[in-house]
Amino acid sequence: MKNVFATKWGIVLTGGIIGILAALLQLWGNPANMGICVACFVRDATGALGLHRAAVVQYLRPEILGFVLGAFVAAYLFKEFRPRAGSAPLVRFVLGFFSMIGALVFLGCPWRALLRLAGGDWNALLGLLGLAVGIWIGTIFLKKGFNLGPARKTYSAVGWIFPLIMAGLLVIMLLNPQVAGQDKNGVLFYSIEGPGSLHAPLIISLVVGLGIGFLAQRSRFCTMGATRDLILFKQPHLFFGLIGFTAAAFIMNLILKQFNPGFTGQPVAHTMHIWNFAGMVLAGLAFTLAGGCPGRQLFLSGEGDSDAAVFVIGMVAGAAFAHNFGLASSAAGATSGGITALIIGFVVCLLIGFTMREKMRA
Amino acid sequence: MNQLVDARGLSCPQPVIMTLNKIKEVKEGEIVVLVDTETARENVSRAANSKGWTVADIQPEEEGHRLTLKKEG
Repeated sequence: MKNVFATKWGIVLTGGIIGILAALLQLWGNPANMGICVACFVRDATGALGLHRAAVVQYLRPEILGFVLGAFVAAYLFKEFRPRAGSAPLVRFVLGFFSMIGALVFLGCPWRALLRLAGGDWNALLGLLGLAVGIWIGTIFLKKGFNLGPARKTYSAVGWIFPLIMAGLLVIMLLNPQVAGQDKNGVLFYSIEGPGSLHAPLIISLVVGLGIGFLAQRSRFCTMGATRDLILFKQPHLFFGLIGFTAAAFIMNLILKQFNPGFTGQPVAHTMHIWNFAGMVLAGLAFTLAGGCPGRQLFLSGEGDSDAAVFVIGMVAGAAFAHNFGLASSAAGATSGGITALIIGFVVCLLIGFTMREKMRA
Repeated sequence: MNQLVDARGLSCPQPVIMTLNKIKEVKEGEIVVLVDTETARENVSRAANSKGWTVADIQPEEEGHRLTLKKEG
Protein backbone atom coordinates (compact mmCIF):
# COMPACT_ATOMS: atom_id res chain seq x y z
CA MET A 1 0.00 0.00 0.00
CA LYS A 2 1.27 3.42 -0.95
CA ASN A 3 2.02 5.62 2.01
CA VAL A 4 0.77 9.05 0.96
CA PHE A 5 2.45 10.70 3.92
CA ALA A 6 5.85 9.56 2.68
CA THR A 7 5.45 11.57 -0.53
CA LYS A 8 6.79 15.07 -1.01
CA TRP A 9 3.42 16.70 -0.46
CA GLY A 10 2.70 14.31 2.38
CA ILE A 11 5.69 15.50 4.37
CA VAL A 12 5.04 19.17 3.54
CA LEU A 13 1.45 18.75 4.70
CA THR A 14 2.54 16.99 7.89
CA GLY A 15 5.03 19.75 8.67
CA GLY A 16 2.39 22.36 7.90
CA ILE A 17 -0.23 20.78 10.14
CA ILE A 18 2.24 20.47 13.00
CA GLY A 19 3.27 24.11 12.52
CA ILE A 20 -0.34 25.30 12.60
CA LEU A 21 -1.11 23.20 15.69
CA ALA A 22 2.02 24.49 17.44
CA ALA A 23 0.97 28.10 16.90
CA LEU A 24 -2.56 27.28 18.05
CA LEU A 25 -1.28 25.54 21.19
CA GLN A 26 0.33 28.85 22.13
CA LEU A 27 -3.03 30.57 21.65
CA TRP A 28 -4.66 27.88 23.78
CA GLY A 29 -2.23 28.33 26.65
CA ASN A 30 1.22 26.88 25.98
CA PRO A 31 4.19 29.22 26.56
CA ALA A 32 5.10 31.75 23.88
CA ASN A 33 7.21 30.38 21.03
CA MET A 34 6.83 27.01 22.74
CA GLY A 35 3.68 25.55 21.23
CA ILE A 36 5.68 22.36 21.07
CA CYS A 37 9.17 21.82 22.40
CA VAL A 38 10.06 18.20 22.83
CA ALA A 39 13.10 18.91 25.01
CA CYS A 40 11.29 21.47 27.19
CA PHE A 41 8.22 19.29 27.52
CA VAL A 42 10.24 16.22 28.52
CA ARG A 43 11.98 18.48 31.02
CA ASP A 44 8.62 19.70 32.36
CA ALA A 45 7.39 16.11 32.64
CA THR A 46 10.57 15.19 34.51
CA GLY A 47 9.81 17.99 36.94
CA ALA A 48 6.18 16.96 37.32
CA LEU A 49 7.42 13.60 38.58
CA GLY A 50 9.67 15.37 41.07
CA LEU A 51 12.88 14.17 39.44
CA HIS A 52 13.97 17.79 39.49
CA ARG A 53 12.56 20.52 41.71
CA ALA A 54 12.75 23.61 39.54
CA ALA A 55 9.30 24.88 40.54
CA VAL A 56 8.74 26.87 37.35
CA VAL A 57 9.08 23.94 34.96
CA GLN A 58 6.90 21.16 36.35
CA TYR A 59 4.01 19.90 34.26
CA LEU A 60 3.36 16.45 32.86
CA ARG A 61 2.92 17.61 29.27
CA PRO A 62 0.19 15.50 27.63
CA GLU A 63 1.69 16.30 24.20
CA ILE A 64 4.66 14.03 24.98
CA LEU A 65 2.41 11.16 26.04
CA GLY A 66 0.31 11.73 22.92
CA PHE A 67 3.34 11.68 20.61
CA VAL A 68 4.29 8.19 21.73
CA LEU A 69 0.75 6.83 21.90
CA GLY A 70 -0.26 8.38 18.57
CA ALA A 71 2.76 6.83 16.86
CA PHE A 72 1.96 3.53 18.59
CA VAL A 73 -1.58 3.53 17.20
CA ALA A 74 -0.40 4.47 13.70
CA ALA A 75 2.29 1.80 13.73
CA TYR A 76 -0.22 -0.85 14.74
CA LEU A 77 -2.88 0.29 12.31
CA PHE A 78 -0.48 0.20 9.36
CA LYS A 79 1.34 -2.94 10.46
CA GLU A 80 4.58 -1.10 11.09
CA PHE A 81 4.95 -1.99 14.76
CA ARG A 82 8.46 -3.47 14.96
CA PRO A 83 9.59 -4.42 18.44
CA ARG A 84 13.39 -4.13 18.36
CA ALA A 85 16.25 -3.67 20.78
CA GLY A 86 19.96 -3.97 21.25
CA SER A 87 21.60 -1.19 19.23
CA ALA A 88 23.97 0.21 21.87
CA PRO A 89 21.30 1.27 24.38
CA LEU A 90 23.71 2.74 26.93
CA VAL A 91 25.34 4.89 24.26
CA ARG A 92 21.90 6.13 23.28
CA PHE A 93 21.17 6.94 26.92
CA VAL A 94 24.33 9.07 27.09
CA LEU A 95 23.48 10.78 23.77
CA GLY A 96 19.98 11.51 25.04
CA PHE A 97 21.46 12.92 28.23
CA PHE A 98 23.85 15.32 26.50
CA SER A 99 21.36 16.30 23.79
CA MET A 100 19.16 17.51 26.62
CA ILE A 101 22.03 19.44 28.22
CA GLY A 102 22.74 21.13 24.87
CA ALA A 103 19.07 21.88 24.26
CA LEU A 104 18.62 23.38 27.74
CA VAL A 105 21.66 25.62 27.36
CA PHE A 106 20.00 26.99 24.21
CA LEU A 107 16.48 26.63 25.68
CA GLY A 108 14.80 24.50 23.08
CA CYS A 109 14.96 21.48 20.83
CA PRO A 110 15.05 21.86 17.03
CA TRP A 111 11.25 22.08 16.97
CA ARG A 112 11.28 25.01 19.34
CA ALA A 113 14.26 26.61 17.57
CA LEU A 114 12.10 26.73 14.43
CA LEU A 115 9.07 27.94 16.37
CA ARG A 116 11.17 30.65 18.01
CA LEU A 117 12.31 31.75 14.56
CA ALA A 118 8.70 31.67 13.32
CA GLY A 119 7.79 33.88 16.27
CA GLY A 120 10.50 36.44 15.48
CA ASP A 121 13.07 35.43 18.10
CA TRP A 122 16.28 36.04 16.18
CA ASN A 123 18.35 34.29 18.85
CA ALA A 124 16.99 31.14 17.29
CA LEU A 125 19.15 31.82 14.23
CA LEU A 126 22.24 31.16 16.34
CA GLY A 127 20.67 27.98 17.65
CA LEU A 128 19.71 26.77 14.19
CA LEU A 129 23.15 27.56 12.85
CA GLY A 130 24.60 25.57 15.75
CA LEU A 131 22.20 22.73 15.03
CA ALA A 132 23.32 22.61 11.39
CA VAL A 133 26.99 22.61 12.44
CA GLY A 134 26.37 19.82 14.97
CA ILE A 135 24.57 17.75 12.34
CA TRP A 136 27.35 18.44 9.84
CA ILE A 137 29.95 17.14 12.33
CA GLY A 138 27.74 14.09 12.83
CA THR A 139 27.60 13.43 9.08
CA ILE A 140 31.39 13.38 8.95
CA PHE A 141 31.35 10.55 11.49
CA LEU A 142 28.63 8.80 9.49
CA LYS A 143 30.74 9.04 6.34
CA LYS A 144 33.69 7.58 8.25
CA GLY A 145 31.64 4.53 9.17
CA PHE A 146 30.12 5.55 12.51
CA ASN A 147 27.39 3.07 13.35
CA LEU A 148 25.75 2.05 16.62
CA GLY A 149 25.16 -1.40 15.21
CA PRO A 150 22.02 -3.31 14.31
CA ALA A 151 19.04 -3.76 16.57
CA ARG A 152 17.42 -7.16 16.78
CA LYS A 153 13.82 -8.12 16.52
CA THR A 154 12.47 -8.94 19.93
CA TYR A 155 9.29 -9.80 21.86
CA SER A 156 6.26 -7.64 21.20
CA ALA A 157 6.10 -6.92 24.92
CA VAL A 158 9.43 -5.09 24.71
CA GLY A 159 7.95 -2.67 22.20
CA TRP A 160 4.89 -2.20 24.38
CA ILE A 161 6.80 -1.11 27.48
CA PHE A 162 7.36 2.54 26.58
CA PRO A 163 3.85 3.18 25.24
CA LEU A 164 2.52 1.51 28.41
CA ILE A 165 4.66 3.79 30.57
CA MET A 166 3.13 6.75 28.73
CA ALA A 167 -0.38 5.34 29.20
CA GLY A 168 0.42 4.83 32.88
CA LEU A 169 1.56 8.43 33.23
CA LEU A 170 -1.66 9.57 31.58
CA VAL A 171 -3.68 7.59 34.14
CA ILE A 172 -1.61 9.13 36.95
CA MET A 173 -2.34 12.57 35.51
CA LEU A 174 -6.06 11.92 35.24
CA LEU A 175 -6.10 10.67 38.85
CA ASN A 176 -4.07 13.66 40.06
CA PRO A 177 -5.32 16.62 38.02
CA GLN A 178 -4.10 20.13 38.52
CA VAL A 179 -5.79 22.05 41.32
CA ALA A 180 -5.75 25.82 40.83
CA GLY A 181 -3.15 27.53 43.01
CA GLN A 182 -1.75 24.26 44.32
CA ASP A 183 1.81 23.21 43.45
CA LYS A 184 1.16 19.52 43.98
CA ASN A 185 -1.64 17.03 43.71
CA GLY A 186 -0.88 13.52 44.89
CA VAL A 187 2.35 12.40 43.26
CA LEU A 188 2.49 15.12 40.60
CA PHE A 189 4.04 18.56 40.84
CA TYR A 190 2.39 21.47 39.05
CA SER A 191 4.08 24.82 38.43
CA ILE A 192 2.01 27.73 39.66
CA GLU A 193 4.22 30.26 37.89
CA GLY A 194 6.73 30.26 35.04
CA PRO A 195 6.61 28.33 31.76
CA GLY A 196 5.40 25.16 33.50
CA SER A 197 2.22 26.95 34.57
CA LEU A 198 1.39 27.88 30.99
CA HIS A 199 -0.39 25.14 29.16
CA ALA A 200 -3.36 24.37 26.98
CA PRO A 201 -6.20 22.35 28.54
CA LEU A 202 -5.19 18.73 29.14
CA ILE A 203 -7.61 17.24 26.64
CA ILE A 204 -6.56 19.60 23.84
CA SER A 205 -2.86 18.95 24.46
CA LEU A 206 -3.48 15.22 24.49
CA VAL A 207 -5.55 15.15 21.31
CA VAL A 208 -3.06 17.35 19.45
CA GLY A 209 -0.22 15.17 20.70
CA LEU A 210 -1.97 12.00 19.54
CA GLY A 211 -2.65 13.53 16.12
CA ILE A 212 0.92 14.69 15.66
CA GLY A 213 2.27 11.35 16.84
CA PHE A 214 0.09 9.61 14.27
CA LEU A 215 1.07 11.91 11.38
CA ALA A 216 4.74 11.93 12.27
CA GLN A 217 4.90 8.15 12.43
CA ARG A 218 3.38 7.92 8.95
CA SER A 219 5.55 10.64 7.43
CA ARG A 220 8.85 10.00 9.35
CA PHE A 221 8.96 13.74 10.14
CA CYS A 222 12.36 14.51 11.68
CA THR A 223 13.95 17.91 12.19
CA MET A 224 17.48 16.48 12.43
CA GLY A 225 17.10 14.04 9.53
CA ALA A 226 15.96 16.99 7.39
CA THR A 227 19.34 18.67 7.56
CA ARG A 228 21.34 15.45 7.78
CA ASP A 229 19.90 14.00 4.56
CA LEU A 230 20.45 17.30 2.80
CA ILE A 231 24.14 17.36 3.79
CA LEU A 232 24.79 13.65 3.47
CA PHE A 233 22.77 12.70 0.38
CA LYS A 234 21.56 16.05 -1.05
CA GLN A 235 18.15 14.49 -0.40
CA PRO A 236 15.67 17.29 0.42
CA HIS A 237 12.66 15.10 1.26
CA LEU A 238 12.54 15.61 5.04
CA PHE A 239 13.66 19.21 4.63
CA PHE A 240 10.38 19.95 2.82
CA GLY A 241 8.62 18.94 6.02
CA LEU A 242 10.74 21.31 8.01
CA ILE A 243 9.96 24.18 5.62
CA GLY A 244 6.24 23.37 5.80
CA PHE A 245 6.45 23.39 9.60
CA THR A 246 8.25 26.71 9.88
CA ALA A 247 6.24 28.48 7.17
CA ALA A 248 2.91 27.36 8.63
CA ALA A 249 3.91 28.42 12.15
CA PHE A 250 5.12 31.79 10.82
CA ILE A 251 1.90 32.50 8.92
CA MET A 252 -0.21 31.43 11.89
CA ASN A 253 1.85 33.63 14.19
CA LEU A 254 1.19 36.60 11.89
CA ILE A 255 -2.54 35.84 11.88
CA LEU A 256 -2.67 35.32 15.65
CA LYS A 257 -0.42 38.35 16.30
CA GLN A 258 2.18 36.14 17.95
CA PHE A 259 5.04 37.45 15.80
CA ASN A 260 7.35 39.77 17.74
CA PRO A 261 10.69 40.25 15.98
CA GLY A 262 13.86 41.04 17.92
CA PHE A 263 16.74 39.69 19.94
CA THR A 264 15.93 40.99 23.42
CA GLY A 265 12.98 40.34 25.66
CA GLN A 266 12.05 37.13 23.86
CA PRO A 267 10.05 34.59 25.89
CA VAL A 268 12.04 31.81 27.60
CA ALA A 269 15.22 32.78 25.75
CA HIS A 270 18.56 34.45 26.39
CA THR A 271 20.86 36.51 24.19
CA MET A 272 24.24 34.86 24.82
CA HIS A 273 24.89 34.11 21.16
CA ILE A 274 27.89 31.89 21.63
CA TRP A 275 26.10 29.59 24.08
CA ASN A 276 22.91 29.54 22.01
CA PHE A 277 25.11 28.38 19.17
CA ALA A 278 27.28 25.93 21.14
CA GLY A 279 24.33 24.38 22.97
CA MET A 280 22.71 23.42 19.71
CA VAL A 281 25.97 22.19 18.17
CA LEU A 282 26.10 19.64 20.98
CA ALA A 283 22.42 18.76 20.64
CA GLY A 284 22.69 18.44 16.85
CA LEU A 285 25.71 16.18 17.12
CA ALA A 286 24.04 13.97 19.72
CA PHE A 287 20.81 13.71 17.66
CA THR A 288 22.78 12.78 14.56
CA LEU A 289 24.80 10.09 16.30
CA ALA A 290 21.56 8.70 17.74
CA GLY A 291 19.70 8.89 14.42
CA GLY A 292 16.85 11.25 15.25
CA CYS A 293 15.68 14.50 16.80
CA PRO A 294 13.89 14.21 20.16
CA GLY A 295 10.49 14.16 18.47
CA ARG A 296 11.53 11.36 16.15
CA GLN A 297 12.91 9.39 19.12
CA LEU A 298 9.47 9.58 20.74
CA PHE A 299 7.74 8.42 17.54
CA LEU A 300 10.23 5.56 17.13
CA SER A 301 9.63 4.58 20.76
CA GLY A 302 5.95 4.35 19.89
CA GLU A 303 6.57 2.02 16.97
CA GLY A 304 8.51 -0.45 19.08
CA ASP A 305 12.09 0.84 18.96
CA SER A 306 13.19 0.36 22.55
CA ASP A 307 16.63 1.85 21.84
CA ALA A 308 14.92 5.12 20.96
CA ALA A 309 13.02 4.83 24.25
CA VAL A 310 16.37 4.55 26.06
CA PHE A 311 17.42 7.80 24.36
CA VAL A 312 14.26 9.46 25.75
CA ILE A 313 15.03 8.15 29.24
CA GLY A 314 18.51 9.62 28.78
CA MET A 315 16.83 12.94 28.05
CA VAL A 316 14.82 12.62 31.26
CA ALA A 317 18.04 12.01 33.20
CA GLY A 318 19.68 14.95 31.42
CA ALA A 319 16.77 17.21 32.35
CA ALA A 320 16.94 16.09 35.98
CA PHE A 321 20.67 16.81 36.14
CA ALA A 322 20.27 20.10 34.28
CA HIS A 323 17.83 21.47 36.83
CA ASN A 324 19.18 19.82 39.96
CA PHE A 325 22.66 21.19 39.31
CA GLY A 326 21.87 24.52 37.67
CA LEU A 327 23.09 23.56 34.20
CA ALA A 328 20.04 24.83 32.31
CA SER A 329 20.06 28.39 31.06
CA SER A 330 17.43 30.94 31.99
CA ALA A 331 16.40 34.31 30.59
CA ALA A 332 19.51 35.63 32.37
CA GLY A 333 21.72 33.43 30.20
CA ALA A 334 23.87 30.33 30.36
CA THR A 335 25.40 29.22 33.66
CA SER A 336 29.02 28.27 34.36
CA GLY A 337 27.83 24.77 35.24
CA GLY A 338 26.00 24.55 31.94
CA ILE A 339 29.10 25.57 30.03
CA THR A 340 31.20 22.96 31.84
CA ALA A 341 28.57 20.32 31.05
CA LEU A 342 28.62 21.39 27.40
CA ILE A 343 32.38 20.87 27.21
CA ILE A 344 32.07 17.44 28.83
CA GLY A 345 29.28 16.64 26.39
CA PHE A 346 31.44 17.56 23.40
CA VAL A 347 34.28 15.37 24.63
CA VAL A 348 31.93 12.43 25.21
CA CYS A 349 30.12 12.77 21.85
CA LEU A 350 33.38 13.10 19.95
CA LEU A 351 34.75 10.01 21.71
CA ILE A 352 31.60 8.12 20.77
CA GLY A 353 31.93 9.31 17.17
CA PHE A 354 35.59 8.41 16.87
CA THR A 355 35.51 5.05 18.61
CA MET A 356 32.29 3.49 17.30
CA ARG A 357 33.14 3.00 13.69
CA GLU A 358 33.11 -0.18 11.78
CA LYS A 359 34.52 -0.94 8.40
CA MET A 360 31.90 -0.20 5.78
CA ARG A 361 29.68 -3.22 5.48
CA ALA A 362 28.32 -4.01 2.08
CA MET B 1 25.52 -12.83 -9.38
CA ASN B 2 23.50 -10.20 -7.56
CA GLN B 3 25.17 -7.67 -5.35
CA LEU B 4 23.69 -7.87 -1.84
CA VAL B 5 23.29 -5.16 0.79
CA ASP B 6 22.06 -6.51 4.11
CA ALA B 7 20.85 -3.53 6.13
CA ARG B 8 18.50 -5.42 8.41
CA GLY B 9 18.45 -4.15 11.96
CA LEU B 10 20.05 -0.87 10.98
CA SER B 11 18.18 2.38 11.19
CA CYS B 12 18.51 5.26 8.80
CA PRO B 13 20.70 6.69 7.48
CA GLN B 14 22.76 3.44 7.53
CA PRO B 15 20.73 1.48 4.95
CA VAL B 16 20.89 4.44 2.57
CA ILE B 17 24.63 4.94 3.11
CA MET B 18 25.27 1.25 2.45
CA THR B 19 23.09 1.24 -0.66
CA LEU B 20 24.72 4.36 -2.08
CA ASN B 21 28.18 2.91 -1.41
CA LYS B 22 27.20 -0.21 -3.30
CA ILE B 23 25.75 1.85 -6.15
CA LYS B 24 29.02 3.76 -6.36
CA GLU B 25 30.92 0.47 -6.42
CA VAL B 26 28.95 -1.45 -9.06
CA LYS B 27 27.74 1.54 -11.14
CA GLU B 28 25.13 -0.54 -13.00
CA GLY B 29 23.33 -3.85 -13.02
CA GLU B 30 21.33 -5.28 -10.16
CA ILE B 31 21.53 -4.83 -6.39
CA VAL B 32 19.44 -6.61 -3.78
CA VAL B 33 18.87 -4.69 -0.54
CA LEU B 34 17.46 -6.29 2.60
CA VAL B 35 15.80 -3.95 5.10
CA ASP B 36 13.47 -4.56 8.03
CA THR B 37 11.53 -1.32 8.42
CA GLU B 38 9.17 0.55 6.12
CA THR B 39 11.15 3.72 6.72
CA ALA B 40 14.31 2.08 5.41
CA ARG B 41 12.40 0.68 2.44
CA GLU B 42 11.11 4.15 1.53
CA ASN B 43 14.45 5.84 2.08
CA VAL B 44 16.43 3.28 0.08
CA SER B 45 13.90 3.49 -2.79
CA ARG B 46 14.08 7.29 -2.77
CA ALA B 47 17.89 7.26 -2.73
CA ALA B 48 18.07 4.71 -5.56
CA ASN B 49 15.68 6.74 -7.71
CA SER B 50 17.72 9.88 -7.15
CA LYS B 51 20.77 8.05 -8.54
CA GLY B 52 18.92 6.92 -11.66
CA TRP B 53 18.22 3.39 -10.45
CA THR B 54 14.78 1.85 -10.57
CA VAL B 55 13.20 -0.25 -7.86
CA ALA B 56 12.34 -3.25 -10.00
CA ASP B 57 10.82 -5.35 -7.28
CA ILE B 58 9.88 -5.30 -3.59
CA GLN B 59 9.20 -8.65 -1.95
CA PRO B 60 7.93 -8.91 1.61
CA GLU B 61 10.06 -11.26 3.65
CA GLU B 62 9.61 -12.76 7.06
CA GLU B 63 11.61 -9.92 8.57
CA GLY B 64 11.11 -6.92 6.33
CA HIS B 65 11.57 -6.44 2.63
CA ARG B 66 13.83 -7.52 -0.23
CA LEU B 67 14.33 -4.70 -2.70
CA THR B 68 15.75 -5.33 -6.16
CA LEU B 69 17.35 -2.23 -7.64
CA LYS B 70 18.27 -2.07 -11.32
CA LYS B 71 20.17 0.19 -13.65
CA GLU B 72 20.72 -0.66 -17.27
CA GLY B 73 24.20 -0.31 -18.65
